[in-house]
Amino acid sequence: MAYKQFILVCGGTGCESSKADDIFKELHAQAEAQGVAKDVQIVKTGCFGFCEKGPIVKVLPAESFYVEVKPADAKEIIAEQIIKGREVTRLLYQDDSNAKRIKTEEIGFYQKQYRIVLRNCGIINPENIDEYIAREGYIGLEKALFEYKQDGVIAELKKSGLRGRGGAGFPTWRKWEFSRGPVSDQKYVVCNADEGDPGAYMDRSTIEGDPHSVLEAMTVCGYTIGASKGFVYIRAEYPLAIERLKIAIKQAREYGLLGDNILGSGFSFDIEIRLGAGAFVCGEETALLQSIEGNRGMPIPRPPFPAIKGLWGKPTVINNVETWANIPVILTRGGDWFAKIGTETSKGTKVFALTGKIKNSGLVEVPMGTTLREIIYDIGGGIKSGKKFLGAQTGGPSGGIITAEYLDTPIDYESLTSLGSMMGSGGLIVMDEDDCVVDVSKFYMEFCVDESCGKCSPCRIGTAQMHDIVEKITKGLGKLEDLDKLEKIGHALKRAALCGLGQTAPNPTLSTIKRFREVYLEHINGTCRSGKCKDLVTYSIDKNKCIGCSLCARKCPVNCISGSKTEKYTIDASKCIKCGECFAVCKFSAVLKK
Amino acid sequence: MVNAKINGIPVQVAHGTTILDAAAKMNINIPKLCYNDDLPAWAACGICVVKVEKSPKMLRACCTPIEEGMSIITHDPEIVQVRKTVIELILSNHPDDCLQCPRSGSCELQTLAADFGIREQPFTKRLKGLPVDTSTKTLVLNPEKCIKCGRCVKVCQDMQNVWAIEFLGRGEKTRIAPAADVALADGPCIKCGQCSAHCPVGAIYEMDQTQEVWNALMKSGSEDLTCVVQIAPAVRIALGEEFGLPPGTLITRKIYTALRRLGFDVVFDTNFAADLTILEEGTEFIKRFVEGKGELPLITSCCPAWVDYMQKYYPDMIPNFSTAKSPQQMMGAMIKTYWADQAKVDKKKIFSVSIMPCTAKKHESGRNKDMYSSGERDVDVVLTTRELARMIKQAGIDLVNLPEEDADSPMGPYTGAGTIFGATGGVMEAALRSAYFLVTKEDLKDVNFTGVRGISGIKEARVNIKGTDVRVAVAHQMGNIAEVLDRVRAAKAEGKEVPWHFIEVMACRGGCIGGGGQPYGATDEVRQLRINGIYSDDVKSTFRCSHHNPFITKVYQEFLGEPNGHKAHELLHTHYEKQPIYSK
Repeated sequence: MAYKQFILVCGGTGCESSKADDIFKELHAQAEAQGVAKDVQIVKTGCFGFCEKGPIVKVLPAESFYVEVKPADAKEIIAEQIIKGREVTRLLYQDDSNAKRIKTEEIGFYQKQYRIVLRNCGIINPENIDEYIAREGYIGLEKALFEYKQDGVIAELKKSGLRGRGGAGFPTWRKWEFSRGPVSDQKYVVCNADEGDPGAYMDRSTIEGDPHSVLEAMTVCGYTIGASKGFVYIRAEYPLAIERLKIAIKQAREYGLLGDNILGSGFSFDIEIRLGAGAFVCGEETALLQSIEGNRGMPIPRPPFPAIKGLWGKPTVINNVETWANIPVILTRGGDWFAKIGTETSKGTKVFALTGKIKNSGLVEVPMGTTLREIIYDIGGGIKSGKKFLGAQTGGPSGGIITAEYLDTPIDYESLTSLGSMMGSGGLIVMDEDDCVVDVSKFYMEFCVDESCGKCSPCRIGTAQMHDIVEKITKGLGKLEDLDKLEKIGHALKRAALCGLGQTAPNPTLSTIKRFREVYLEHINGTCRSGKCKDLVTYSIDKNKCIGCSLCARKCPVNCISGSKTEKYTIDASKCIKCGECFAVCKFSAVLKK
Repeated sequence: MVNAKINGIPVQVAHGTTILDAAAKMNINIPKLCYNDDLPAWAACGICVVKVEKSPKMLRACCTPIEEGMSIITHDPEIVQVRKTVIELILSNHPDDCLQCPRSGSCELQTLAADFGIREQPFTKRLKGLPVDTSTKTLVLNPEKCIKCGRCVKVCQDMQNVWAIEFLGRGEKTRIAPAADVALADGPCIKCGQCSAHCPVGAIYEMDQTQEVWNALMKSGSEDLTCVVQIAPAVRIALGEEFGLPPGTLITRKIYTALRRLGFDVVFDTNFAADLTILEEGTEFIKRFVEGKGELPLITSCCPAWVDYMQKYYPDMIPNFSTAKSPQQMMGAMIKTYWADQAKVDKKKIFSVSIMPCTAKKHESGRNKDMYSSGERDVDVVLTTRELARMIKQAGIDLVNLPEEDADSPMGPYTGAGTIFGATGGVMEAALRSAYFLVTKEDLKDVNFTGVRGISGIKEARVNIKGTDVRVAVAHQMGNIAEVLDRVRAAKAEGKEVPWHFIEVMACRGGCIGGGGQPYGATDEVRQLRINGIYSDDVKSTFRCSHHNPFITKVYQEFLGEPNGHKAHELLHTHYEKQPIYSK
């Protein structure tokens, strides 16, 4: 039975929460009702990446890219496109610049992307191993077992130049080589899927959309280093990813791609899932391994590195989801092919979760060396409100803010570090002039205070002290010497904290003090130019502009605006909670924010 | 061996040597706070940071092994600045009540603050107001003072395998607490006090009872109260450390003098009771081993923390336990019965104090009704070595230069066998010296059983008594016990012959000389010196076997009758009961 047409429905967490599953079911029901169930295959795929416009539905072979689809649209999609061959133009993505309805390949969001890690996301049904295999799946494993052998795998990885995507960028081949060396009765392979940066969801989407790519790579690693056991450590808040991973493991076992004597090679390897409780620090590899062992998720000093002495004291390769997902392709197409992508020091692509004040938020995968400007303006479509770009935070709470003057820096591990930020796992949060850097710095410091494991004193106490000081500054209670204190504690943290979380925790604060010192000084002098810091803002009404429409008074949640048509309105500052509602609703710009 | 440079000076050290240890060999004592010689590096405090060439961050000297070609800088202005900031941060979470703190003067944080010249606290004080736990009446847990160095947790879990203390909460809310957040007394705690001996600050310390003793001494003059004191074997070689003497310095007779000058009416020596214990326990062993009456192996019971542990974790071993009381409790019972009769003192008017190297002894003195065998509480108050040192200092007594006096008769004189109770293997050695005699009615030519001595965690030996091999094992430091007992359990379960006939167990590393109530700063080096001090006392003793103690013979003749006889059982033996690990 051959299908003539295919409907792909995004089954990523974002679209699922916008009723993608209802759309999927309705499409099935409609196909059945309208008698075309045998002609069209309806598939739920992984994330398309274009989360801003979800739920996404794509029809093949027409390449129709429908956005913001609702379950009620299913009837029309079946009736019009599947039966009559006519695109439902009202659902097509509409280009901002010319209001034209366009197809996938023309969409700006996808044009500069290069999808290796996300190669199968939005294309295959992640719950069907055959679809993965049909797209070159498990060829890498086959080649590893029968063609490359252990030496060959390491050689290809070395040629590829692949570096760990979890943050530090350690060459993957070298890590494997370290674990391969020692003789040990047991070794382990671990997938770090404990994604925890605020706003980051690359790893979740990769597993949701293409779980086999991780399983295949881990199996190759097990073969290469001589391990028979693997663990995927994934946070329990990712139920869909966990479910798909479970299905994938089951199917791989059924196909002889996991378990005893894989593909008749004599090599045996199996994978277990371990759920994390959501502590950010468990993304730090030593804490993660402690957690798998059943201990408190607290980092332990390195060296020895896990590659030498990891899980239960045995050599352990631990890579993050994105790193794993690259490996099957490298083995299938060769390390040389991969090495052609990217920059001198950073090969391949990087997936970013693009969020914040950006028009096209979503998952984007770009070659290393792409500039921030290309990501934000060409792919992301620029700032949502049309306001001025303030900065972009990469690396989440461990990173720093990158300002407009560096928008044209090609992004790779080294360039981001030199800008005082870091690659991190790939969260990219765009801020505009309505955002306040001091407030942002407070947000990240609060995150670090909450997520500090409490083991080492610099991080446990230092983050809390820094948070207190930044908070004081946002309230207008800061003093000039507080900036010195922040830098002093920040320095001690960077140098003396035990793990990466603590060492990088001051980055958001230190980088904003460096780039926006004047903004901090303004706060110390009692003003917040963005108006984000409520304690530094007062709302008032310009009597000359007020026409007495009473809209602000009606909207005010605490009833602190009074007046009449004739007398105009005034705000009782003593009661005002600075919610900004009056400012937002006034059509005459009569409400002033200072 | 690996070659490296520290501050530009070449150094060659064994593979695996940490930067901290290598630097110490070059006379650089890198400041540190959480690190302790007994424990694997926990790497929490962040004070021992150093720079290593090519490493972008500072590394912790405590846990970084030296690698070939490493170039290390242990101090420069930046390193000192970072360390100072970290200390200031720690102080911002620490109460400022040094003057009322039990660790004032011995506090490692206080010392660091002084060394780094901390003159102001730049950061906001952030205290939690956490409650103090005094539930054990033995140890005091004050989490407010805790600096989260992790030593107590590691000691309790890894060294002692007790698991009574744990970190709870995360981030800034992290606190040390009894496991499961119950009161310390309601959990697995065995009161060994190793947590208090390792705590660098005043977060865990012994319940101070010196005032109760001062109060009693006051009444000894005015209200016809007789204050009797005993000192344990391990006190005599460690107390001197509090007064500037090297570890292991034997000052028994100066301590007797000091106790009299503090106001005690009668000074006895627990070593005498140790000799008594050997007669009782030795006889018990012979009954089981030769006559087959009772379970083998016989396991020693003079360590109260071990008794607590066994009742909670190995209650199936209760039949193997020696029913002989510990020397402290035997002495307590004898003071308020035999001696009270002899001296014609009303036992109700006796205040009995013991000076112990141990915190668990405080708990033991009220453990069950057997500890009231005289009809009164046999031992009224137990002071640790540290508490006695404080009393001597309060009294202004110049301990080091005191004249030497003897203990009182008849329960003062002791043998070498009694004194070695204070060291690991000592009880076993003392028992073997007398067991040989009890079986053969002959004395050993060489009383030294060196196979059971020394600091290694588990020691095994075979002793031939007239053609029969006695297999013995000695274990110390609670965490080493499981291996021994699990082998016994397994053999019993399989119906095989048990691997040993006689087992000595001490909860603390090194035995009582390393007890939880001893002067701070015990390392294996210090422990060995203390052990040496104990054995020097043995060697110079007139009598080296308990059964040779003429006063022991006298008390049996005059009062007790036969070892393990009716009266002895009444006063000198006890019983054990299974205890829940968590009582709530």
